Amino acid sequence: MMRRSACASKKTGQPNSTNPISCSPSDLFRTASSKASSKEMERIDNLFYSFANRSSGMIDPEGIESLCSDMEVDHTDVRILMLAWKMKAEKQGYFNLEEWRRGLKALRVDTVSKLRKALPELEKEVRRPSNFVDFYSYSFCYCLTEEKQKSIDIESICQLLDLVLGSQFRAQVDYFIEYLKIQSDYKVINLDQWMGFFRFCNEISFPDLSNYDPDLAWPLVLDNFVEWMQAKQS
Amino acid sequence: MGCENIEFDQGWGEMEKGIEKLKRILAGEKETPFTSREYMTLYTTIYNMCNQKAPHDYSEQLYDKYKKTLDEYITSIVLPSLKDKHDEFMLRELVERWLNHKIMVKWLTRFFHYLDRYFIIQKSVPALNEVGTTCFLNLVYEDVHPTIQDIVLSLIDKEREGDQIDRALLKNALEIFVEMGLGQMNRYQDDFEARFLQETTNYYSRKASKWIEEDSCPDYLLKSEECLKKEVDRVSSYLHSSSETKLIKKVQHELLVVYVNQLLEKEDSGIKVLFRDDKVDDLSRTYRVYNKISQGLDLVANVFKQHVTIEGTAFVQQAEEATSNQASNTPGGHEQVLVKNILELHDNYMTYLNSCFQNHNLFQKALKEAFEVFCNKTVNGSPSAEILASFADHILRKGGSEKLSDEVIEETLEKVVKLLQYVIDKDVFAEFYRKKLARRLLFDRGTNDDHERSILSKLKQQFGAPLTSKMEGMVTDVVLAKEHQSSFQEYLRNNPDVHPGLDFTVTVLTTGFWPSYKWFDLSLPSEMVKCVKVFKGFYETKTKHRKLTWIFSLGTSHINGKFEPKPIELIVSTHQAAVLLLFNASERLSYSEIVAQLNLAHDDLIRLLHTLSCAKYKILNKEPSSKSISQSDSFKFNPNFTDKMRRIKVPLPPVDERKKVIEDVDKDRPYAIDAAIVRIMKSRKVITHQQLISETIEQLSRMFKPNIKAIKKRIEDLITRDYIERDRDNSHMFRYLA
Repeated sequence: MMRRSACASKKTGQPNSTNPISCSPSDLFRTASSKASSKEMERIDNLFYSFANRSSGMIDPEGIESLCSDMEVDHTDVRILMLAWKMKAEKQGYFNLEEWRRGLKALRVDTVSKLRKALPELEKEVRRPSNFVDFYSYSFCYCLTEEKQKSIDIESICQLLDLVLGSQFRAQVDYFIEYLKIQSDYKVINLDQWMGFFRFCNEISFPDLSNYDPDLAWPLVLDNFVEWMQAKQS
Repeated sequence: MGCENIEFDQGWGEMEKGIEKLKRILAGEKETPFTSREYMTLYTTIYNMCNQKAPHDYSEQLYDKYKKTLDEYITSIVLPSLKDKHDEFMLRELVERWLNHKIMVKWLTRFFHYLDRYFIIQKSVPALNEVGTTCFLNLVYEDVHPTIQDIVLSLIDKEREGDQIDRALLKNALEIFVEMGLGQMNRYQDDFEARFLQETTNYYSRKASKWIEEDSCPDYLLKSEECLKKEVDRVSSYLHSSSETKLIKKVQHELLVVYVNQLLEKEDSGIKVLFRDDKVDDLSRTYRVYNKISQGLDLVANVFKQHVTIEGTAFVQQAEEATSNQASNTPGGHEQVLVKNILELHDNYMTYLNSCFQNHNLFQKALKEAFEVFCNKTVNGSPSAEILASFADHILRKGGSEKLSDEVIEETLEKVVKLLQYVIDKDVFAEFYRKKLARRLLFDRGTNDDHERSILSKLKQQFGAPLTSKMEGMVTDVVLAKEHQSSFQEYLRNNPDVHPGLDFTVTVLTTGFWPSYKWFDLSLPSEMVKCVKVFKGFYETKTKHRKLTWIFSLGTSHINGKFEPKPIELIVSTHQAAVLLLFNASERLSYSEIVAQLNLAHDDLIRLLHTLSCAKYKILNKEPSSKSISQSDSFKFNPNFTDKMRRIKVPLPPVDERKKVIEDVDKDRPYAIDAAIVRIMKSRKVITHQQLISETIEQLSRMFKPNIKAIKKRIEDLITRDYIERDRDNSHMFRYLA
């Protein structure tokens, strides 16, 4: 039954892609632009070390807070989550060098102010329908902090929903959060239920719920939510 | 015939002679029939006139003349003859005139035949025959057909009301309608059949509304059968065969479909009365008659289903009321009667199914659905699964109170298994059955092994091994225990020094087969401690790897009570024995002293002491002698206790296991659902949500009916535990994760 979850394998530190800076035959063919890119990489690395924790060699929550205050963005802002996504960061609250490099290189920034200016563009990119599903599922996995953790507690889910979907589906999120808080059938939510809610927001007419069919494959928690809403509305 | 051209007038003059002769023949005047020579002359005249070179090729003119001849004849002779006729006479006249016309056309066609061979093809004009019919159609039929229709319809109506009519005349008349269609049925259908069907509908609608009020159900059915026979006969006598299907359908609809519920539900003569009075013929007629109507049997099966449901539900109601009217100290008496009634009901209606309804699957289904309605009702808090299990238990206890013969027992058990198919919560039945089986095997002496195994194998056959595997294990345990007992006796004989000095038997039960029992850490009397030790020693010589847990609550002890009036043998549970034996050492014991010595929980001890001091047999005297036990009471051996019997059984109060059984079953169901889902996913690998749900329900149907929410909950859980996943692209598909 062991299986790699939809979230990329974590905590083992296996890199998903090779480090672009490692020595390779291409080194022999360095051009001026790659000289410039190695300069950029230097700046990126230096920026990393300016926020990183000396002993662990990673940017920890303190470092992130510090980064956020420099960018004048609240550390609970969704854009930070988006940044983590861009970096494909594995551990919530931490960035390692590889992730940092990946993110900043992709954004083509090497200073804090450039990073701050890149945020609106990043948000636009994330909110594109082709990317958003990936971001949405990433945000769930990002919050799985314990080894072998599969589900997230209700309180955290509510916060996450608000953060990730609140701007797009305000009404659905508000009602669903209300429901989650008063029901007692579920203490945690799993990834399938999390993704199900996103499908729900996209497919089901709200608040009339007229095209919802509980005999279909919707997760049970949503069946119960719809029942609760219908009872409320009558 | 020379090579000279025949002039038209001349040639036509020859033809006219022949035509006049024909007219005379048709008018019935004295005339000799046409000779061969005469015919040849006429034919050849035409032939020649058509084969002459232009402008003497007279084909077209001859064709026109042919038509004109007919038109003239009709106008001058036929039409006047019809003018002043009415009713049947008109019909007769028309038929005759049409027959005559056909003869005329036949002969003229023979004379003019050459035209048919070449001219009509060349010019693509209608053949002579067709022209003949068309003349009649245009000049006569178009004019008279409404009147003819009226006449025909009124004659049919007369016949329906019982009068005799000239069927041959009608047949001929209606044939005209058919022939006027020139190969199509449209004239017959439009000018006659449509209204005929309408009037038939009206006629039978009127009759039905009258008969339904006046006649009993059997009589009405008889009448309907008769009417249908007559209408079929009508078709074969004078209607066109194509009318039969439409006609019968209309009649069936008016007589049998419109009023079906009113008919079959008639208070004094409907289906329920037919069943009550065992009117097999009438019931068979009902089946026969409705079988011929498309979806007719659905209607009857529906009434049948409702009837059976009402009967069954009435029995349930009866049982419910009887029990609530009476104090509930005769456990299950009314429920026994209920099951008997339902079994009888089943037998009766199965018989009717075979004898009257040809075992048709619609009726089988109706019976099943009816039974499913009332076989799942709760009677006075007791679910039907429990009632059925109690019934079986009652039969298996030494043949029940009526001491039934082996055959009857087998038969009844067979029927019980049949009835179980209608009970939805079969797993509840199984659990109750198991609990009762345990009591029978452990406490009921003389249980019949054969019957026990027989019903288990019947259950297994019908519902599968999961239902019965544990129970089979239980029966085997008891058989093995007997074998063990003889080896134990041998062991004791071979080791006389370890003999505990008491007769005792041990039944070893395999955990998992038997219901779970509460375990008490009871402090045994010393005599019993010895017994336990000895058996343990023996058991270890047989197997080293099993752990024995002693369930004294299931044990029985025989104690000799040395009472003053007379000694009495007391048959008590081991727990009760433990209490009593304390009084061998002390004359008087307080409640707390007893608690301390025995190490039992208060609830259990209070119950035990009650049976020994406050219930039917006061073996112990209680101070104070109130009706209930309190923790401040004290107890003394009652030396004056006596009973007319020399040996008495001191029963324990019955424990209501219902709540626990239902709880246990409810707890197990999610696991069963999980197992079913995993089995299905393992074999299908990929499946849609709908299919998964329906197959899960199907797989579990032999045990219980899971609701969709429960299944969905388990799916959610299995997703979390990584057994299955939802397909990335198709949110309604699931995939098995190996």
